[in-house]
Amino acid sequence: MDFAEVSNTAMVMAAVVYLFAAIAHAGEWSAAQGLDQRERRTSPARELVGAGGPGVVEHPDAADPKVERAWLRVEKLGRSGVALTVVAFAVHAVAVVTRGLAADRFPWGNMYEFVSTSLLFVVAVHLVLVLRAGQRWLGLLTTMLATVGLGLAVTVFYVDVAPLVPSLHSTWFLFHIVAAAVSGAAFNVGALASILYLVKARAERRGEVRGYLARLPSAKAIDLLAYRAHAFAFPLWTFTIAAGAIWAQYAWGRFWGWDPKETMSLVTWVLYAVYLHARATAGWRGTGAAVIALVGVVAYWFNFIGINLLVSGLHSYAGI
Amino acid sequence: MSRDTAAPVDRTDTTDAVEADAVGGISAPQQGDPAPTGARALRPVEWLRWLWTNLTSMRTALALLLLLAIAAVPGALLPQRPTQPFEVSSWIEQNPTLGRFYDSIGFFDVYSAPWFAAIYLLLFISLIGCIVPRTRVYLRALRARPPRTPRNLGRLPAAATATADEAVADVLERARVELRRQRFRVDVREDSVAAERGYLREAGNLVFHLSLVVLLVGLAWGALAGYRANVVVPVGQGFANTITSYDDITSGGRFDPESLAPFALTVDRFTAEFETGPVQQGAARVFEADLTVTEEPGAAPYPFRLEVNKPLAVGGTDVHLIQHGYAPRVTVTDGDGNTSFSGVVPFLPQDGNFTSAGAIKAWDSRPEQLAFQGFFLPTAVVDEQGPRSVFPDAFEPQLFLNAWYGPPREENGVPENVYSLDVTGLTQITSADGDPFRIRLEPGQTVELPDGRGSITMDGWERWVKLQISRTPGLGLTLGAVVAAVTGLCLSLFVRPRRIWVRARREDGRTLVEVGGLDRADARTGLDEQVDELAGTLGTREDEASRQAQGAGRGTTGDESSPRRAEEHDGGRDDGGERD
Ligand code: HEM
Repeated sequence: MDFAEVSNTAMVMAAVVYLFAAIAHAGEWSAAQGLDQRERRTSPARELVGAGGPGVVEHPDAADPKVERAWLRVEKLGRSGVALTVVAFAVHAVAVVTRGLAADRFPWGNMYEFVSTSLLFVVAVHLVLVLRAGQRWLGLLTTMLATVGLGLAVTVFYVDVAPLVPSLHSTWFLFHIVAAAVSGAAFNVGALASILYLVKARAERRGEVRGYLARLPSAKAIDLLAYRAHAFAFPLWTFTIAAGAIWAQYAWGRFWGWDPKETMSLVTWVLYAVYLHARATAGWRGTGAAVIALVGVVAYWFNFIGINLLVSGLHSYAGI
Repeated sequence: MSRDTAAPVDRTDTTDAVEADAVGGISAPQQGDPAPTGARALRPVEWLRWLWTNLTSMRTALALLLLLAIAAVPGALLPQRPTQPFEVSSWIEQNPTLGRFYDSIGFFDVYSAPWFAAIYLLLFISLIGCIVPRTRVYLRALRARPPRTPRNLGRLPAAATATADEAVADVLERARVELRRQRFRVDVREDSVAAERGYLREAGNLVFHLSLVVLLVGLAWGALAGYRANVVVPVGQGFANTITSYDDITSGGRFDPESLAPFALTVDRFTAEFETGPVQQGAARVFEADLTVTEEPGAAPYPFRLEVNKPLAVGGTDVHLIQHGYAPRVTVTDGDGNTSFSGVVPFLPQDGNFTSAGAIKAWDSRPEQLAFQGFFLPTAVVDEQGPRSVFPDAFEPQLFLNAWYGPPREENGVPENVYSLDVTGLTQITSADGDPFRIRLEPGQTVELPDGRGSITMDGWERWVKLQISRTPGLGLTLGAVVAAVTGLCLSLFVRPRRIWVRARREDGRTLVEVGGLDRADARTGLDEQVDELAGTLGTREDEASRQAQGAGRGTTGDESSPRRAEEHDGGRDDGGERD
């Protein structure tokens, strides 16, 4: 097998393992259905440390062995979800690296390579959260995104290994595309967190924080994570657009030409500026800002997939 | 915006304060607001002020930004006249009703439509109205002392206490030194120390917003004083940079045609290579044009290799390689037996395989004029679809033409399209059976026209390159604004303002030290740690557990995730507090 075949096989395998990870995480969520967080705290040490958190135990002996077993199952499913994600991530990384080796260049020369690399970054962020901060709750959405994204990549966007067209031979293109992949990954993580924020904030407002939702951090903490992801991504996205403009100046002699791709990048940028403003505006922060963050990520994906497939432009990526 | 609110503010309120400050501290006379004007109608000045206050409010900025994003979308989805005029026409042809409606509201030229301009101009007015008062407030805050020490440090989001043996003044001195070391701005009062840092956040924010204004100025300047022109140059020929030698030009209102850089160049060679392998067959791999450049009359010529990403820069003017194509080299002999045309004729590529269309006009032919129109195919095949090219490189070049003749006419000076033939007044040459006479030529071949009207020879073929000559003044300003914007943005998003206060007092023969801290923005961690650490440096910390209990009572920083605790259910690790 040459590198290209290794890469193709690994990419499909990674998608499948992500699917299993998503199933495990979905099991984790559904196993927690109907369980009340309050009933599982048994260790007396918890009482002190846990003070102030949601649904804290007051009576250690309230624990019922059946409930305890149910929580253990949730825990097991969650852990296997993480383990599967780690496996999928490793296979995914192999797929991306061998793709680069096969093409003898960085693996982001077309839509297929861009999606697979970008998703690798998304999963990496999630795993950092799991391993460094013990935050597993993004697992379900992340693995779902990775499954769907890689699935689309190998079925719809796939192209064989090939060299770059001349207009892509540029250092600025390299900056442009790496920044786009990394900031895209962070926007996606931010969007996933925003979804969970909306769900959790709604439950908190109604006072119905039950099942897996009770295990999520408070809506405020999720919001903070979403904000951090966006705050990291936004300057990088600004840089992405600037680097793209500089590259366009070299390649086409105009740094901005209202090409559909350029336009949608700007629209995405403006939407995220709206998000940052919304967070500082009474009546918009919280739910309003989270919704705008989701509109932003839809614009990002539309720019990436919709524009490539529906509208023709100068970008050589257009039409896969 | 002011950071000078002295009292500790709840975190969610800081941003409210920000918003109020952002409008310059003037509160708008809103409904139900017992404004000094009472019930009487607003005077024009007040009305203007009300308008201004609202225009420069954060909420308006938000709405305008959102509007801008929405307004830009049609331009991404519909073809736009400046870049794709033909697509626009065919779009309107296919959807006449909707097309005409879209056209009337400017959807086919969104970015020069008045409503689009209105949105961004309002946004930038709002922006300026926002920056000016905020800069004033910021400069005042820079000169101000760190805020007064709150009475009860224990009620701040983070607080800690410790005891020390030294005198109050010594403890405060040590606190000052320590906080200075941590790059706080420190102010020592009689029984306390107040410290603040993170002033750069607001500075970064102001720089960012200001650079957006500068960016717009740079763009406007470039659009007004710049120009962009195209010229097609066959390989082996030259080009002198004068306005008359351009094929087309677009320029801004302040463009001065006298100011063109006086350079000249010849295209000595052009190399194009295409993918011949099975993957992405026909995709471009190499484009290179070898030029000889003379920067000004009399200067020494030098060679330059022009590539797609490597433009030539001469005296502030850029030369880009933007397209290439084929030009058959032909010789036309007229009915009198004289050579009436000989040379290369650029044909225009129609598809990715360079099926190229063009016209050969031998107006000097006598007794009748001759003209030809048809296709040049670099790799020709003829099948049931008719003649077409199957590869962009010239592996099997052929020329397919039809011919016309007509009476000689006067040159009337009206410019004509060089790539197509206007056949009015001409008669198509037909063969004996009445069908149009079809010419198919390979390099070196000659075809005689029927009835002794003359002949045409394909001598060979050449490539041509399309060069874009452009000058964009203000490019440096624009680029500088972008760099400043990104820098300011990073400061604004990553610098986190923080305030810390230390108070010490003598009690029962010991010095009781209280430390309190407050973050002025979201997404900052480590406040508790810093406050605890500082208390530990200044004295002996009090019992950990009692602090925890206090912390729970305050409940402001304690929302660490429960999954983390769940993990510990098995691992039994200790809670490490907030982590990044
Ligand atoms: C061209 C339009 C504008 C763009 C692209 C833009 C973009 C941004 C961005 C990206 C931020 C986030 C940086 C940060 O949090 O410090 C921000 C913050 C801010 N903007 Fe704008 N802005 C625009 C116009 C305005 C206008 C017109 C106002 C005046 C009302 C304004 C007031 C603010 C304020 C007060 C903040 C700070 C919010 C905070 O402290 O969190 N902006 N802006």
